[in-house]
Amino acid sequence: MTTLTKADPTPPADRADAAGAAPMVQVRGLHKSFGRLEVLRGVDLDVPAGSVTVVLGPSGSGKSTLLRAINHLEKLDRGYVAIDGELIGYRRAGDRLYELKEREVLRQRTGIGFVFQNFNLFPHLTVLENVVEAPIAALGRPRAEARAAALALLERVGLADKAAAYPRQLSGGQQQRVAIARALALEPKVLLFDEPTSALDPELVGEVLDVIKDLARSGTTMIVVTHEIGFAREVADTVVFMDGGVVVEQGPPAELLDRPRHERTRAFLAKVL
Amino acid sequence: MTTSTPAAPSTPAAPSPPRPVAAPGPGLDAEELDGLRTVPARHPWRWAAGTAALVVLLQFLHGLATNPGWDWATFRLYFTADTILQAIGRTLELTAYGTVLGFALGAVVAGMRLSRSAVLRTIAWAYVWVFRSIPLIVQLVFWFNLSYLYKRFGFGIPFGPTFGDFETVGVLGALGAAVLGLGLHQAAFAAEIIRGGIIAVEAGQREAAAALGIPRWRQAWRIVLPQAMRGILPAAANEVISLLKGTSVVYVMAIGELFYQAQVIYGRTGRVVPLLMVATVWYVVLTTVLSIGQYYVERYFARGARRTPPPTPLRRLRTLLGGLPARADARTAARTAARTSGGTP
Repeated sequence: MTTLTKADPTPPADRADAAGAAPMVQVRGLHKSFGRLEVLRGVDLDVPAGSVTVVLGPSGSGKSTLLRAINHLEKLDRGYVAIDGELIGYRRAGDRLYELKEREVLRQRTGIGFVFQNFNLFPHLTVLENVVEAPIAALGRPRAEARAAALALLERVGLADKAAAYPRQLSGGQQQRVAIARALALEPKVLLFDEPTSALDPELVGEVLDVIKDLARSGTTMIVVTHEIGFAREVADTVVFMDGGVVVEQGPPAELLDRPRHERTRAFLAKVL
Repeated sequence: MTTSTPAAPSTPAAPSPPRPVAAPGPGLDAEELDGLRTVPARHPWRWAAGTAALVVLLQFLHGLATNPGWDWATFRLYFTADTILQAIGRTLELTAYGTVLGFALGAVVAGMRLSRSAVLRTIAWAYVWVFRSIPLIVQLVFWFNLSYLYKRFGFGIPFGPTFGDFETVGVLGALGAAVLGLGLHQAAFAAEIIRGGIIAVEAGQREAAAALGIPRWRQAWRIVLPQAMRGILPAAANEVISLLKGTSVVYVMAIGELFYQAQVIYGRTGRVVPLLMVATVWYVVLTTVLSIGQYYVERYFARGARRTPPPTPLRRLRTLLGGLPARADARTAARTAARTSGGTP
């Protein structure tokens, strides 16, 4: 289970202690500003391997920025992110964190799956080509092997018959399922979902959530930013409530959703439940 | 989701007041109007304008056939003359070199303008600024006179010793100067067209590629450029066609391209109009070929852009003529049907 640890002043040495109890994702003292707007103001988060963490919060609370900071789509002003004991986007030398070269960051991202709100499938490539692209280009897998793996993943998300279709020929829900298969094709250690159902018509939300639930049962480590409270209650091991760029409180869904300790959490839940 | 707090400021489901049911106005009997035939509005002026335009066009065509000034006999004599065909070869050569040099350099300049380095960005901006500002013909004459400015050209350490050099006069003949001028001029425009295509690709595409760890060059080559091509192609085709016709400017350097050759012949024979027509018709033919090429290249890069790809012109023609539904059409229809039935669970 997750514990709210106070900011650990010393980041781990690169690839240091990937020993048993260390959390899969470790976020410490994260600060991020866009111009004068401070979006993240000291976020700490631990995600144990194999667990599902759902992040809730009003818009503008910094949920998406946190997710994007975890795979270094956003640079950090202060603090660090470590996945499986490896610092993400930075290298420690003495008391400084130096940003890594893009090539290194790209290599690290192959271990972190990211599913976007707007799917961001490549529209000029077929469904199959979308899924095999990263394994071939980033991991150097042989095409035949990548293809077989991709077809198995498409089968898993229920879209094996759409392998030859182009993304625009699919419904929103189908596109998001392809996007999930595409992220899974890299066999990432962690999957990040940035409001995966917010761009979908209500009747298509269920099919995407079903796929995510299936992944949760199979023990994939996931962080899901969403507004689907029902999904959080059913699937999450930990629910994190963010507001104003900080984690206000976190705990098991039954606790946080039914007996929130903070006034801000109560006010938010009263609006969305 | 349900809203249970009565104090919430924005309750989504406030019942709207009942709207009055639309009824036929006073004096209209619904039963009487039922089932009457509708007649579209008439447009007599549309017919009048169309007829007038056709009459003018027919007069012009009649003039082409009967006015002896067009001198079609001379046109026929020179249309496929060897000198003219050779001149077309030269025109195509200049167009090809100009296009290749222009778009290759243009791609580099576009890349520089999109670079994260402020120095490269500024240099590229200045390049575009300078070469868009100078009229092509001025530039061509400049290059032609390069040897007046720089007698020798050498390679070595900047501001240091030189390893080898050569005379500019020998290297840059008229043709070289023309290609260089056309290419540099074209590159400034090509750079902006390519940059326009690239920035039109949605930012999420690059972000998704970056999130998947796809290497940078492959992000550009496999993800961004093919999508940018959709925006680049129409404008690029315009540029190639302009260049094809723009090569006629190099007549100032006495290069035997199509327009120059036509001038030489009418200078000798005095038959100006038919030879201008020879050049004109050839330019139209070449532009037509390029336009057809453009259609197919655009079609290739449009894959995935539409739910059902449009039929090829050939297939459209076949449908129009025979009414025979091409088999591919039937396949498309079947796919569409399968999608609608088995689409969204």
